[in-house]
Amino acid sequence: MKNNICLILIIIGLSLFMTTSCEDILTQEPEMEDILDGPIDGLSSSESLEFLEGDVAFNEQVFTAETGLGPLFVATSCVSCHAGDGKGHPFTTLTRFGQSDVSGNQFMHLGAPQLQNRALPGYLPEQIPSGASSAKFMPPANTGLGFLAALTDAQILAIADPFDSNNDGISGVPNYITPPSFFSPKWFHQENNGKYIGRFGKKAAAIDLLHQTVNAYNQDMGITSSFSPRDTYSGLDIDPEVSNRTVNNVVFYLRTLKAPLRRNQNDAEVQAGEALFSNLKCAECHKPQWTTPNSDIAGLANKTFYPYTDLLLHDMESGLDDGYTEGQAQTSEWRTPPLWGIGLAKKSQGGQYFLLHDGRARSIEQAILMHGGEALNSKNSYQQLTTGEKQKLVKFIESL
Amino acid sequence: MKLLYIAALTLLLNYSIQAQVDSTKVVTTQKDTTKLALNMDAVYARPFLKLGKLPISIGGYVEANTSYFATNGITEGMSFQMPRMTLFVSSTIKNRIKFLSEIEFEEGGKEINIEFASLDVELHPLFNLRGGIIMNPIGSFNQNHDGPKWEFIDRPISSTTIIPSTWSNVGFGIFGKYAKNNLVWAYEGYFSNGFDDTIISNSQNRTWLPAAKENKERFEENFNGVPLITAKTALKHRKIGEFGISWMGGVYNKFQEDGIQIDKKRRVDLFALDFNTIVPKWKTYINAEWVWAYIDVPDTYSQQFGSKQKGGFIDIVQPILKRDVLGWQNSTLNLAFRMEYTDYNVGTFNETNENIHDDVMAITPGISFRPSSQTVFRMNYRYIWETDIFGNDPSKTAGIQFGFSTYF
Repeated sequence: MKNNICLILIIIGLSLFMTTSCEDILTQEPEMEDILDGPIDGLSSSESLEFLEGDVAFNEQVFTAETGLGPLFVATSCVSCHAGDGKGHPFTTLTRFGQSDVSGNQFMHLGAPQLQNRALPGYLPEQIPSGASSAKFMPPANTGLGFLAALTDAQILAIADPFDSNNDGISGVPNYITPPSFFSPKWFHQENNGKYIGRFGKKAAAIDLLHQTVNAYNQDMGITSSFSPRDTYSGLDIDPEVSNRTVNNVVFYLRTLKAPLRRNQNDAEVQAGEALFSNLKCAECHKPQWTTPNSDIAGLANKTFYPYTDLLLHDMESGLDDGYTEGQAQTSEWRTPPLWGIGLAKKSQGGQYFLLHDGRARSIEQAILMHGGEALNSKNSYQQLTTGEKQKLVKFIESL
Repeated sequence: MKLLYIAALTLLLNYSIQAQVDSTKVVTTQKDTTKLALNMDAVYARPFLKLGKLPISIGGYVEANTSYFATNGITEGMSFQMPRMTLFVSSTIKNRIKFLSEIEFEEGGKEINIEFASLDVELHPLFNLRGGIIMNPIGSFNQNHDGPKWEFIDRPISSTTIIPSTWSNVGFGIFGKYAKNNLVWAYEGYFSNGFDDTIISNSQNRTWLPAAKENKERFEENFNGVPLITAKTALKHRKIGEFGISWMGGVYNKFQEDGIQIDKKRRVDLFALDFNTIVPKWKTYINAEWVWAYIDVPDTYSQQFGSKQKGGFIDIVQPILKRDVLGWQNSTLNLAFRMEYTDYNVGTFNETNENIHDDVMAITPGISFRPSSQTVFRMNYRYIWETDIFGNDPSKTAGIQFGFSTYF
């Protein structure tokens, strides 16, 4: 009798289990708007394969001493700094040093511009040399970079206002960068005295995603490539530790990561916040909308997207002046960071915000209040808002 | 050498298959019925086939299963695995001298490992010698890992990723046992080859002790010349259960090369507690293990690689049916449940003073059917939460597994 009851209970239990939906018992796929990774729409089969190869190299390849790591380094893999393709964490913050004006970095012979603050056993990590200025850089999110990379220099220059000709207190200048030897200008680049407009990085010091990727391999992980064969420890050219194919796959992966998707776009408070964002002239620098020209990747061609950046440098004055710079930027000038995906930043930062260039702002409001210089009027206007209006503005920013 | 070994085993198995026809030639050795066998006796507490008058016993076990898993809703579909087939041969060479070996074929022969190959010299119940390839007695699972003994298809996470079970090395040592009435006390202690610096330099991007298993040269020479020491003591009361405490420690890095010091000596130390019992009233079997690992990771290295780890599991197995089924006498049906937790990086970030996560939690309810104690058919449902070092939302993996494991 007891045995039969046991059997019946097991059969009932198994039946209930089998009738439960697969989604419930085998985990649910997160909504696409809640995650940053994933490819853009419209990739061909071959492009999807290249995306996947780049995905593996970016998110799974971990370097060790045997595969070329270091000996001095900051991180052991790409994903160490960009969990879920999102923003970084103070643990992975980079330190750059050695350049305090537009004359260039005076400490290149001492390991500048990047501090390799970690080392393989038996080696000592770098220290910031005496007298060198420095700044900490929080790793940015990777998503949507292909859309920004697809824009033409002409589009960026069209909104630059280096002399503030419209007297709105906001200038906006491109950072002209001396290209690395491997840089190959595309039809949409414009040369200016041997330099090109930088688009990526806190100071817009990287011209394109290849430039950014090669530097990250070399400076962040101590991995040489044929593009950048110089070992950061010995200063000697050594054999490539990552193949061209892998580097190109990672670049392709970064180009074709989807743009962050808006959330709660139809929420009345979000829409009210969007209006406030415009009224406060935040959108003068955090330019909401761009449209790409033709592209070799069909999924990137002629697309309108919403990064909330103008890719230009703006003076934030002393509050955000760390005394360090890159390219032609002043030490107080920073490239307008894209705001898209900022609402998902917590998902890669351990459930909390680390905002602005070095993660010093622990909330969106703190980040707003730390603005100065060209953003001073906007900040002052924000402070005049009611509590409810401030909440709507923050809610809008979190919807990006 | 391995090929010769395999050929010899194949011959023996052929002989045993033929011999099975004549039941007078083959005897299945009985398991310890004193109920005072300990985890450390597991290598000999297996069903062996004795071949007539030959001084050799052979045996083995096999595991196979199918699984269907999804991570964050994305599945790679159904797959079929044969994680391992193991053959063991035991031989009484002379009175008080015996040899036992265990060779494992993993994943269809992708890997072939000699997990155990030791000569035992029995001098006194309290003092015996063992040498060869020994299984380091850390925790309970490493010594008592045969698939047919478990109601769960996957091995415990902490027992395979903090304690790198099955973890065996070339070494020598002593062991002994003392029994009186309902009590038995035992000890083991070994010197052996050990870990290497891949434990903090590997593709897992975390301190990963199993990385040392990739170094097959550890069966030929010690990585740094400093022996790994493993010691365990266990106490068992027939009515209460078995409690074990063990330690394994040594230097893992290459601190000198050609007489030139290149680093300081860096230690890895593991402490483990294990317990198992059967609740007499309900015949509920409870088995648990917990381990702490301490690794001297250079301060200048990445905090990605933890200097402390901890983890463990508890299994609860409840027989719910014991009767004759399809002619199998005393076959049993069990409900089983496993909870496990592993933290690969115990500590706080220097930058934020907040907890470093990098942890895994899992639950595994299951049901198993044993037509005999040597064969188990099992179905598990498994749910795993894996959190990255920053403590972001965990990735969730869940799936269903069905399989069997049997001694043969």
